[in-house]
Amino acid sequence: MRAAQQWRAFLTLLGKEVGRVFRIWTQTLLPSAITMTLYFVIFGSFIGDRIQDMQGHSYVAFIVPGLIMMAVLTNSYANVSSSFFGNKFQKSIEELLVSPMPSWLIVAGYTAGGMARGLIVGAIVTAISLFFVPLQVHAWSVIVVFVVLTSAVFSLAGLLNGIYARKFDDVSIVPTFVLTPLTYLGGVFYSVTLLPLVWQQISRLNPILYMVNGFRYGFLGISDVPVAGGLMILITLCLGLLVLDVYLIEKGVRLKS
Amino acid sequence: MSETAEAALEITDLRKTYPGGVVALDGISFSVLKGDFFALLGPNGAGKSTTMGIVSGLVVRGSGLARVFGHDAGSVEAKSCIGLVPQEFNFSIFEKVEDILVQQAGYFGMPRRYALGRSETLLKKLGLWEKRHAQGLKLSGGMKRKLLIARALMHEPRLLVLDEPTAGVDVETRRSMWEFITTLNKAGTTIILSTHYLEEAEQLCKNIAIIDNGTILADTNMRDFLRTVARETYVLDIEQKVTDDASGRPSGAVVVDEHTLEVTVAKGEGLNTIFKSLDKKGLTVLGCRAKQNRLEQLFVGMTGENGKEAKTGSGDKVSA
Repeated sequence: MRAAQQWRAFLTLLGKEVGRVFRIWTQTLLPSAITMTLYFVIFGSFIGDRIQDMQGHSYVAFIVPGLIMMAVLTNSYANVSSSFFGNKFQKSIEELLVSPMPSWLIVAGYTAGGMARGLIVGAIVTAISLFFVPLQVHAWSVIVVFVVLTSAVFSLAGLLNGIYARKFDDVSIVPTFVLTPLTYLGGVFYSVTLLPLVWQQISRLNPILYMVNGFRYGFLGISDVPVAGGLMILITLCLGLLVLDVYLIEKGVRLKS
Repeated sequence: MSETAEAALEITDLRKTYPGGVVALDGISFSVLKGDFFALLGPNGAGKSTTMGIVSGLVVRGSGLARVFGHDAGSVEAKSCIGLVPQEFNFSIFEKVEDILVQQAGYFGMPRRYALGRSETLLKKLGLWEKRHAQGLKLSGGMKRKLLIARALMHEPRLLVLDEPTAGVDVETRRSMWEFITTLNKAGTTIILSTHYLEEAEQLCKNIAIIDNGTILADTNMRDFLRTVARETYVLDIEQKVTDDASGRPSGAVVVDEHTLEVTVAKGEGLNTIFKSLDKKGLTVLGCRAKQNRLEQLFVGMTGENGKEAKTGSGDKVSA
């Protein structure tokens, strides 16, 4: 396949994934918008005023970056895991497997589709947040790098889940029992500096803490853990998952008999 | 030009064992020439779909060689040459017919504008143009089969692999599909067909391989293969009433009903003797047809229990 053909193949897969997001927008875009609106209403209007400032910022302003990040990572993950597994379940994944698309291109197409949904939902949640708190930006570059890399990491992780999943339950187990707890314990709603030392140390093992922290630093300029360290963790995870996904698709693990 | 250069598909000592120890292919070898209409026949579980899966890159081979126009099966080059019509429907049922085709073309790197034109041509030829905006799930069984064919042809493959393409399709649709595929073959596309409709294979295919239990039992020219039929049974429609006694029917004939006889003749033995005998008894033959098609007869003989015993006994395989 020549480079131009590969580019067309990539755009085709990306277009199909993005088309799916908009075709079933009530399942892909709306739920996060509603959930995050509820968070903003409850923590912003109902009880937010009763909570003291966090590192010089109102509580609602403090949680906005974390909530946006939560929406980005859960949607990136869910898009790829459910779409890829759905294609496996319907056997339409064979359309890709019989095509001359190299494995890395298949991974790139699905990952870009997951990132697209994550970033679209992130933009929607950001827009909703403006009704509750004015936008503050400390460093655009940090915001962009962290949100793009985080959506890439979780898209690649969702693909890994989709590859290994044998039934629909397998697609929901990881988000329910791994992703959600790690996200809630990843400093979305609190600063880890408020925790006892031992829990601070344990929290540092949670990669989502670094993603939320870096993203929050981009908006508010405050940080609980080193931002550069978080960036290194993100890049390492991204490359590691990329290599693993390409290897699994190349070998046809759970895809070919 | 060497034989290798003319081969669309070359399979050499191909083996595949599935997890659990099920041997699907036990060292099969055969080749399909460029431009051929080739039948790969066998009972359920014989290894046909595994072979086609390996050729198209959907199944990982155990060992051996499979080359498509000289390229290793599963490689980017080989995949570019192959169009696969699978046994099961494997398109996204929520996508629209036209989108399924255009997306498939996109995966092969074709420009969208060209893909739209190609999909229009194929959908019109296959009678699906009116359904181009319908979701896959809203198509009838026959239409879904046609859609699979159209999808496989979007990138103009040199080798079309058809794995039971007419399963569950009505006679009229089947006929139109075969007309279309025959036209493709005449235009130069190499076709490999797996089907349980043996009369179709007999009519359409030039060469044949019969596979059972992962081994090739026959790999030969269709005409030569059909000549190996030892005995054939004919059904004769008789104008007069026939009686089931020696005076009322020729020797060796079996009375099916008052106006129907069945006669079995050995290879090389003409029907003239039978007709003369009937004429002497004052019986007029209104029609005559083979009871079973020859390929079916040979196929059942080879893959049925008797065939297996015979193969074990002699160890011979029919080979051109």
